Amino acid sequence: MIEVKGVSFTYPNGVEALREVSLTIHDGEFVAIMGQNGAGKTTLVKQFNGLLKPTRGEIFVDGVNTRKVSVATLARKVGFVFQNPDHQLFCETVEDEVAFALRNFGFEESTIKKRVAWALNLLDLTEYRETSPFMLSGGERKRVALASVLAWNPKVVVLDEPTIGQDHKQKEKLRQFIVQLIAQRKTVIIVTHDVEFVAECNSHVVLMAQGKIVAKGSAKQMLTNSALVTQASIVSPQITQIFLELADLGMPIDLINIHEAREALLNFLEVDS
Amino acid sequence: MTVIEAKGLTYTYPGGTRRALEDVSITIEKGEFVILTGPSGCGKTTLCRCLNGLVPNFYGGKLEGEILVTGLKVSEHQIYELARHVGLVFQNPENQLFALFVEKDVAFGLENLGVPRDEIRKRVDWALQMTNIENLRERAPHELSGGQQQRVAIACVLAMQPDVMVLDEPTSFLDPLGAQQIFDVISRLNKELGITVVMVEHRLDLASRYSNHVVVMDKGKVVLDGEPKDVFSSEAARLIGVGIPKATRLSQVLEMSGVRLGRVPVTSEEASQVLKEVLSRD
Amino acid sequence: MSVFDGLRFRRGSSPIHQLDPRAKFFYVIVMFVVAVLFNELLPLVVLFLIQIPFVFVARVQREWIRSLRGAAFLAIIIFGFNFLFTYLSGQYELSYVLERSFAMSLRFIVLVESFSVFFLTTSPDHLGLALEQSHVPYEFCFAFTTAVRFVPVLAEEAQTIMDAQKTRGLELERGNFIKRIRNYIPILIPLIVNAIRRSLELAEAMESRAWGATEKRTNLYVLKLKKSDYVLALLSILLLVLAVYIRLFLPVPQLGVVLRI
Ligand SMILES: Nc1ncnc2c1ncn2[C@@H]1O[C@H](COP(=O)(O)OP(=O)(O)OP(=O)(O)O)[C@@H](O)[C@H]1O
Ligand SMILES: Nc1ncnc2c1ncn2[C@@H]1O[C@H](COP(=O)(O)OP(=O)(O)OP(=O)(O)O)[C@@H](O)[C@H]1O
Ligand SMILES: [Mg+2]
Ligand SMILES: [Mg+2]
Repeated sequence: MIEVKGVSFTYPNGVEALREVSLTIHDGEFVAIMGQNGAGKTTLVKQFNGLLKPTRGEIFVDGVNTRKVSVATLARKVGFVFQNPDHQLFCETVEDEVAFALRNFGFEESTIKKRVAWALNLLDLTEYRETSPFMLSGGERKRVALASVLAWNPKVVVLDEPTIGQDHKQKEKLRQFIVQLIAQRKTVIIVTHDVEFVAECNSHVVLMAQGKIVAKGSAKQMLTNSALVTQASIVSPQITQIFLELADLGMPIDLINIHEAREALLNFLEVDS
Repeated sequence: MTVIEAKGLTYTYPGGTRRALEDVSITIEKGEFVILTGPSGCGKTTLCRCLNGLVPNFYGGKLEGEILVTGLKVSEHQIYELARHVGLVFQNPENQLFALFVEKDVAFGLENLGVPRDEIRKRVDWALQMTNIENLRERAPHELSGGQQQRVAIACVLAMQPDVMVLDEPTSFLDPLGAQQIFDVISRLNKELGITVVMVEHRLDLASRYSNHVVVMDKGKVVLDGEPKDVFSSEAARLIGVGIPKATRLSQVLEMSGVRLGRVPVTSEEASQVLKEVLSRD
Repeated sequence: MSVFDGLRFRRGSSPIHQLDPRAKFFYVIVMFVVAVLFNELLPLVVLFLIQIPFVFVARVQREWIRSLRGAAFLAIIIFGFNFLFTYLSGQYELSYVLERSFAMSLRFIVLVESFSVFFLTTSPDHLGLALEQSHVPYEFCFAFTTAVRFVPVLAEEAQTIMDAQKTRGLELERGNFIKRIRNYIPILIPLIVNAIRRSLELAEAMESRAWGATEKRTNLYVLKLKKSDYVLALLSILLLVLAVYIRLFLPVPQLGVVLRI
């Protein structure tokens, strides 16, 4: 469980990136943090594994104050995939890259082998095992970074902009993978601008603007509320936009993804005929 | 009039193991708004680089096949000659802005071409105005937000008055509202100035309303090429894993459940129109 | 927090900011020469004092003080060394030694002072432009402004990379000396690779904007020497002439002696 209690954070240059943020994320919860560029999303999630410490307020991860432990200790529990994969890739092969953290955490070689193979397979990277990460395209490098963190199987996974540069198929894979993680009672926190992805995931949503949390709720509540959506500088999912126009005909307006839309339409047509 | 004509482009990066492009042929007409999409690593960026000669002039290696842009054979011209006709905007705004004032950055290309100062001043002002960032002219580019930076990057290219503007995932770092504003700017340039646009994009739900021509690539090849509604409704697009707009996807799902719609919607407006007709039909 | 912080350009619109970098640079050079001409305290105090109005007109007091604070440490060391060596030689009396050592550190401070006024009030862009118009090759000027533009970016990037690797269990302070150096590999490689990738992207963007199209590049901005620039240059020349004259023909009394009168 992650408890954020009245956290404010100011960067050394004076930018006040978080203002009195309070938030609780439970075990096994799936949360998407969304909001304008510069709203403070990355700053907030960097507090979860102690990379940044609150200027004011406190953060507890499983009851432990993040001020009291090192990043390396917290990292075992809270895996963090950075927005830009190039900030972490440095090994000669993709395989070594994925094994790096496992070696740091002192896993046994045999376990490392298994976990690496597992992670590579999961993210469709097996064919690049021996390739240098630097030779891959942007989207591919992103997946390597993802694999290298998922490999140690942390309890909480934080993904900063995981869908950037990913094609639809990879996004779908990522989504299924997240569902799998949730099924294992892991906590997944993503920071994203991808409204359609969140609508598909149907996760909880935290909306941020100007260093504050504007609202928290289900994807449905958040993404269909046009006032909130505008405040957080996002747009409603396309399905929501379509159904807003159909409200006169008695259609519900709180739909966010294809499945719901299909159900609603078929129901309507059947009732009608 | 044909602006871009590529025939049988095949290319491997020096040191690369696979072909990044394989027998790519496309034709793009003047004034079109083309969306180029496809799975990651399929060669979209590489194709963009061919359009102004970065491939092969800058990257080296051998480009087989032939490509003409605004009537110029790319293989026979320097990148700086092509730069007058084709402007490239890249994904990461940070690395394409290098001056310390916005207007100086916008002027960079014109300075390189040796355009007289009065003319530069005029064109810089015009480009800033077209992209709605006149108020930023004296700011430092690296102090701006991502969305503002990307607009500056567009202005930089626009100032050179190109016939074609190529944008490689220009909005992937931006929040949706910021992205929409960028699309609006690009669309305005396309409509008002008749600039041909080629844009690489994954977020088709947001972008496809602006486009009238979609090209889908897979593993270095062009696999689909045509009007948005035809491309999006094809079975192949779904199988390759293109992020078909939800409006189109919904219509497909309904058709599969036996609801006849008659037309293929691409934007949310079209979808709600079609659905209105269906819902009030009976 | 360092001397460099006190040198970083702050945007402003004071008359000092508007001066041509070439005129300002000339003034800095003159200050440099004059400061080196004298090793007596009195003229150096004068040099120190006459620059203070500039600082206030330019409204960079705070940064200026910060740069002085940064320089203070070195100034104290200079003082210490001079004091030790002159005093130990045993040829001079204490008051002279003190004054001489003090003069040496003040000379250093005067140099820092004039450089800091220059850099605090001169935008790197203008500096690049001034270089360009002084017939320095354009490639060099461009490299200069680009470096200024990207140094803070790289510093921030280094921090992010360190964060990313710490997250993957890297502990920089672990192990013996050799191990600790090796701990930096996962940080250095991405940093270098990114710098290269960045410069490639930069080069691509430059190429795409007609870099190298013609030898006769034009420029959006031109620097023109204004009346105020000539005034500054003239004042600097006067100061130089005066200083040389005093050096050659007039004895410079000890400050202590002057004050006692
Ligand atoms: N290292 C830093 N030093 C100083 N200021 C910073 C730093 N990182 C971020 N900021 C500032 O803090 C604010 C919040 O930034 P943050 O990166 O958390 O935003 P974000 O919501 O993640 O935005 P984006 O969607 O663009 O990633 C911004 O104003 C940003 O300029
Ligand atoms: N500079 C390079 N050197 C060597 N190989 C490269 C280089 N850039 C790309 N490639 C390879 O060429 C192929 C096509 O890459 P490209 O960047 O064009 O893909 P893309 O469609 O733009 O992908 P993405 O959506 O991930 O940006 C990839 O397999 C990639 O590994
Ligand atoms: Mg962020
Ligand atoms: Mg690409």
